[in-house]
Amino acid sequence: MADKTLDAKGLNCPIPILKAKKAIAEVPVGGTLEILATDPGAVADFQAFTRQTGHTLVEHSEAGGVYRFLIQRAA
Amino acid sequence: METTSPQNAKTMSIIVTKGTLDWAYPPFILATTAAAMDVKVSMFFTFYGLTLLKKKLDLQISPLGKPDMEMPMMGMHMKMPNLVAVLPGVNAASTTMMKNLIKKKGVASIEDLRAAAIESDVEFIGCQMTLDLFELDRKDMIDGMTLGGAATYMEKALNSHINLFI
Repeated sequence: MADKTLDAKGLNCPIPILKAKKAIAEVPVGGTLEILATDPGAVADFQAFTRQTGHTLVEHSEAGGVYRFLIQRAA
Repeated sequence: METTSPQNAKTMSIIVTKGTLDWAYPPFILATTAAAMDVKVSMFFTFYGLTLLKKKLDLQISPLGKPDMEMPMMGMHMKMPNLVAVLPGVNAASTTMMKNLIKKKGVASIEDLRAAAIESDVEFIGCQMTLDLFELDRKDMIDGMTLGGAATYMEKALNSHINLFI
């Protein structure tokens, strides 16, 4: 169970990333943020975002057009 | 805001030269996303780009001279011949169409992206010469803008990892 869930469904680039940046700051270090999105571009973008910011993309999946990302907060 | 982590202290500058509704997107999308990825961003607004720093935005789009502009319409794509694009009201109609698409596709408004940029400490530098040239009033521009010239931009650019001209 994630510490926080961000529903970014229906939002287009770059809003899911901008909202994720804010939301990850609200979970404790080592905690996880779950993000739900419908933008197919979010798959590549959240991988790049986590690589650059040092947070860990623990998992990502897709079901019925909804992409789910689980990000663990670094320091 | 979180402070930038030292190992990721990257910097980017963007020269913003266009102030239409369509061309306002690339600089603001890149600036806000870069800031979210811990990049320190400076935007230098010059010529028509400076209108993007007005307190009250009234952005328009024009299909004139844009053979690459294809608007989705009733399952097709519409390109507008210049002969039609010159007619009165076409800019307004195109702007309305674009705004409807933006809303329908969940794309942020320029107002929202600009607010997000300010919130994430993106630096806005307005071109002093443009302000003078087009007789713009400093009072009509947003408070968060500082004014500068080419040398101000160059100093930013020389110290930036990425420099874009849009």
